Amino acid sequence: MIPILFGITLICFVVINLAPGSPATFQEELSPKASPEAMESLKKLYGLDKPIHERYLNWLRMVVTLDLGKSFVDGRAVKEKIKERLPITIILNLLSLLLILIVAIPIGIYSAFKSGKLFDRLLTVFVFTGFSVPTFWLALLAMIVFGIKFGLLPISGIQSIGAETMPFYERILDWIKHLILPVTIMSFAGLAGMSRYTRSSMLEVLRQDYIRTARAKGLPERVVIIRHALRNALLPVVTLLGLAVPGLIGGSVIFESIFSIPGMGQLFYSSAMARDYPTIMGILVIGALLTLIGNLLADIAYFIVDPRIRVKRNG
Amino acid sequence: MVKYIIKRVLKNKLALASLILISAIFIIAVFASFISPYDPYKIDVYHVLEPPSKAHLFGTDELGRDVCSRIIYGARVSLKVGFLAMGIAIFIGTLLGAIAGYYGKWVDTIIMRIVDVMLAFPSLFLILAVVAVLEPSIYIIMVVIGLTGWMDVARLVRAEVLSLKEREFVLAAKAIGASSSRVIFKHILPNAIYPVIVAATFAVGGAILIESGLSFLGLGIQPPEPSWGGILSIGKDYITVAWWMSLFPGIAIFLTVLSFNLIGEALRDALDPKHWIED
Repeated sequence: MIPILFGITLICFVVINLAPGSPATFQEELSPKASPEAMESLKKLYGLDKPIHERYLNWLRMVVTLDLGKSFVDGRAVKEKIKERLPITIILNLLSLLLILIVAIPIGIYSAFKSGKLFDRLLTVFVFTGFSVPTFWLALLAMIVFGIKFGLLPISGIQSIGAETMPFYERILDWIKHLILPVTIMSFAGLAGMSRYTRSSMLEVLRQDYIRTARAKGLPERVVIIRHALRNALLPVVTLLGLAVPGLIGGSVIFESIFSIPGMGQLFYSSAMARDYPTIMGILVIGALLTLIGNLLADIAYFIVDPRIRVKRNG
Repeated sequence: MVKYIIKRVLKNKLALASLILISAIFIIAVFASFISPYDPYKIDVYHVLEPPSKAHLFGTDELGRDVCSRIIYGARVSLKVGFLAMGIAIFIGTLLGAIAGYYGKWVDTIIMRIVDVMLAFPSLFLILAVVAVLEPSIYIIMVVIGLTGWMDVARLVRAEVLSLKEREFVLAAKAIGASSSRVIFKHILPNAIYPVIVAATFAVGGAILIESGLSFLGLGIQPPEPSWGGILSIGKDYITVAWWMSLFPGIAIFLTVLSFNLIGEALRDALDPKHWIED
């Protein structure tokens, strides 16, 4: 874990610093009349006059203490900027993961039992659509259909104007309405992948000897599925769930900017547009950290679902 | 063997249809200047935001440019980025995977650590960061997509090499004194080529999706150069009045990527020894 963390910070730093453009030149473009002295003081302010390894060590020292520097754009602490944006992104991602789990696993299992039948074939079509469709386009279509043609759902932001004055339950309802489209669209690709994966995992398990044994000793099909097959089939699915995290977080850049959701993805997008290096670097690090945390949680979940690991530890 | 695989793939009707579609897109891209009904850059202020009609099959955009022509020219960008980014990813992935699998020990550890680090990044974040600090151009986009997409290939090739390097023909090659690079490139890699081809087919579709996403965000192909993601990006601003700008480029992306994925799937099936006994 530690070498990976180190590698992550190294890549972040190298990516941002080997680029030819610097914020000083960027500001020069904005105000070409800036004097050389002004440029120098700007470089000093951002530490751009020091050699690169020194800047990396300085930055690393700051990152370790979770001090991510100050934004070039408004001079606010990057940590604060991320902190106020992070919760909404995490909530959106968790909701998407939850939706993926709730929908994909039953579909995958059912499809494994109906292998080769109509339902299974429909799933295959859905899976390939999910892998091939540009999700931002899907978002646009959904906005046209649900937002504009039928006016069923709001298409931007996370709450209506004046939501602060609404009574509590109406505010919640307002929230939910705003979140339906983004969360559904965000989950789309994950749904396809996860249901396909669950299906093949379930098919694999159903071929095992212990399933034949369970059936042979006359257990009802329901017990065979729930007690014998399901748990074993879900093991690899749990790992995949952890692997889905980086894709979801990465996707938040696109979805948050389409649906105007004030989360970390939108902040990343605006920082990238403004070449706000400290913020870009900070979000890159946080994004990678979230991925690692996702993998760690998947490992823990694996531990809970897989009895073999526990047996090993106890005995 | 190759003939057999081609036969098997062509037997799959969906894959055949995909192959025809991709060939058609190729021809359209190459002969864009002959096929497209209008100049994709030609601004026509008298015909702004017109819905699809006989004159403009897919309508016109906010500057009166023909959307159909822009989509035809956009195919060039998508195919170029798709294939070159795939090439870069496959090259790096195959090389690093082969080295890691063949030499093992600390070489393997270091390369696989790099893979872990790269996989920890939400790849879109990394790509966006690079494209944002460098000026976005079609070449930078290709390179960056390639540089962030080689990890799965490396893992795949490494696993293949690990199992191949203990086989008799490899040991024999080593025994007669073949150099490491000769063993890797002449004896091991040719035997690991098929799964790489499958991965490459999927990678083209993946790269096209990423490029269109970048262009959609305004950090990919820069206007006025036509690209599918770029038209969608403008389409978003006119979403309430001009649905055609949001619909047609998306269909183009979807069908292209779907075709590559279906061919990849057919190839995977054809290469899976489990199916060979059947016929």
